[in-house]
Amino acid sequence: MNTVAAVNPPPTNYLTARRGLASWLTTTDHKRIGVMYMIVVLSFFLVGMSFAVTFRLNLFSPGSKLFSHEVYNRLLTLHGVIMIFLFIIPGVPAIFGNFFLPIMIGARDVAFPRINLASWYCFVIGGLFAIISLALGGPDTGWTFYVPYSLQTSQNLVFPLCAVFILGISSILTGLNFVTTIHRLRAPGMGWFTMPLFPWALYGTAWVQILATPVIGITLMMVLIERLTGVAIFDPARGGDPILYQHLFWIYSHPAVYIMILPAMGVVSEIVPTMSRKKIFGYRYIVYSTVGIATIGSLVWGHHMFTSGMGDFARIVFSFLTFFVAVPSGVKVFNWLATMYRGSIQWAPPMIWVMVFIFLFSIGGLTGLWQGTLALNLHIHDTAFIVGHFHYTMFGGAGAVFFAALHYWWPKMFGRMYNAKVATAAAIVFFIGFQLLYFSLMILGMEGMPRRYADYPERYTALHRTSTVGSWIVAASLLLMFANLVYALFRGPKAAANPWGGKTLEWQTSSPPPTDNFDGPVPLATGPYEYPAEVEHD
Amino acid sequence: MTSTLEPAGAAEAGAAGAAEHEHYDPAASKLGMWLFLFTEALLFGTMFIVYAVYLHQHAIGFRAAARDVNKLLGGANTAILLTSSLTMALAIAAMIRGNRRACVQLLAVTLILAACFLGVKGYEWGHKFAHGIYPKSASMLLRPAGEQVFFGLYFTMTGLHALHVLAGGGAILWAIRHIRLGRIAPDRPTVLANVGLYWHLVDLVWIFLFPLFYLI
Repeated sequence: MNTVAAVNPPPTNYLTARRGLASWLTTTDHKRIGVMYMIVVLSFFLVGMSFAVTFRLNLFSPGSKLFSHEVYNRLLTLHGVIMIFLFIIPGVPAIFGNFFLPIMIGARDVAFPRINLASWYCFVIGGLFAIISLALGGPDTGWTFYVPYSLQTSQNLVFPLCAVFILGISSILTGLNFVTTIHRLRAPGMGWFTMPLFPWALYGTAWVQILATPVIGITLMMVLIERLTGVAIFDPARGGDPILYQHLFWIYSHPAVYIMILPAMGVVSEIVPTMSRKKIFGYRYIVYSTVGIATIGSLVWGHHMFTSGMGDFARIVFSFLTFFVAVPSGVKVFNWLATMYRGSIQWAPPMIWVMVFIFLFSIGGLTGLWQGTLALNLHIHDTAFIVGHFHYTMFGGAGAVFFAALHYWWPKMFGRMYNAKVATAAAIVFFIGFQLLYFSLMILGMEGMPRRYADYPERYTALHRTSTVGSWIVAASLLLMFANLVYALFRGPKAAANPWGGKTLEWQTSSPPPTDNFDGPVPLATGPYEYPAEVEHD
Repeated sequence: MTSTLEPAGAAEAGAAGAAEHEHYDPAASKLGMWLFLFTEALLFGTMFIVYAVYLHQHAIGFRAAARDVNKLLGGANTAILLTSSLTMALAIAAMIRGNRRACVQLLAVTLILAACFLGVKGYEWGHKFAHGIYPKSASMLLRPAGEQVFFGLYFTMTGLHALHVLAGGGAILWAIRHIRLGRIAPDRPTVLANVGLYWHLVDLVWIFLFPLFYLI
């Protein structure tokens, strides 16, 4: 294998430097690991999406007999587990973080390349466990694994619980790798406040991953130990406290939504200045808001439990903190809008996806405030409204940015350009389908439709049908988007090194990048967002 | 777990392609190890929170159940582990002073102490099982809820700690092998220091477990 790299002529890149499956499976090149993550994550995304389309189909009519309620519950649970732990959490950091973090800070690789590969293997094993659990009938607890039901169900929970635990290890390893990389491997001359904002976002995320993931890991292990050995930990009949379980679950799982959204926000902070040809507005405030979200976001978990029987004082504190965490998110949105203001905006597909994100995420963020309000929360708790809100923030938010990142960095990663018209059309169709799919869910929730139910009374039929039709449109748009990207790999025109005119370091190297990221020294001439001054003032 | 202890690019060179970086960065290695220790501290920290909440809810049950654990054995194990932390620290000091032989000997003593700890622990558990104190035994199910939870946590937390002692023992063995291969040397002690940090963490967790289960 080594000889191949030596014999090849100089213009090789990380894709062609070494060949063969073994060279991929044993690679410590962060770019290849990023691509391997991409293959696995996108495969799971398609699986999770097909589950959702299937159970939405069952909700097309009341009393639908497409499959049993048990099957519905399992599809629903696995949809949640796969989308959260195998798509949204690893999506941006593990794929684009791995690929671009070292390049953007001018490093040749991450701090611990072999641990990086180990984290990919953990991820794959965790994913396999999730698949095995499906083959064994699938868990029916919902992705939250709430006790005491998770202690009583006859479904096999060993595999899904182990899957989450192992995926957690993968996530922790990635997190500590990124923190160490950013501390130790920034190119000489790149200070903390001259670092691009995507690495900053990854830095905040990595800390949350390191500090929150062990909590859910051990909590789910305790559930597993209790199921397997019969020790008393959470079983209320034997002195356990289910509310305590809920606290521990959400101490991780609320910060986890920031693990999902923070890297996405970092991507937006890259795309907006590049596409507006303008320096990012309020760089330091974006950094502070990143740190603020990571910090305050770790203290708001109780808002998932307003109806669980928490004390009133705790509920008021959690409600207040929930409002508070909206402030740094708002700061970011205004910073992006101010960056675009009087910029010279390029309506390329990544920017269209960012617009989709800003619109959908704003709806998601503002409906989040409704839910943070104690009185209203009691009304809409555990209804389809929550499902709508959650998908606006996570799918319309983090998911849309994931697609934006795909379109932004695809030419850099693979050296091929996709068809921009098709990509734009897919984004617009997605936006329309998305509104049908999730806005109707929010209305349904307001009218009293509980979340997760397999069936419903006649009067909800129209909105459920709208939602199901929306799911078809969303699925079609995403298939179109993926087809366009994959087609570009084989038939697309060669992409330029810097198709969008970006200033960050990944655009200063060839497409696809060489194995060592840069031919020669790191071209660290300007700050990350130094666009010509006349654009700012014209 | 052991892979976490390796420093960046201390690569015993899998594929020495261009992507492989042969730099040795002890600071990065140390930082990575401390981050890993954070996650371990949070893992046990979560269980300590569970303990605190249940102690608050079942104060009487906890006190009653704690009469059934053996303070003497627990105390002996505390002494054993503390001594092993001492030998570990001495081993690292010996390596830094260039005395590989003493280092390996001290690591071996640490391993023996770890084995003693696990032996005592095993005896303790066996003794309890013989008296019907194990999960879901007939007599356990008759106990008040507070006592059941106490033993639930006792078995889970000491069991998990024992697994960490095992893992630490594995890490020490691995370090001995690396000393023999010359990858840990007086001028490159970071990996050994990281193994030491891990061992002290395992010790530290026990320092909390001991009073919580044996001395309440």
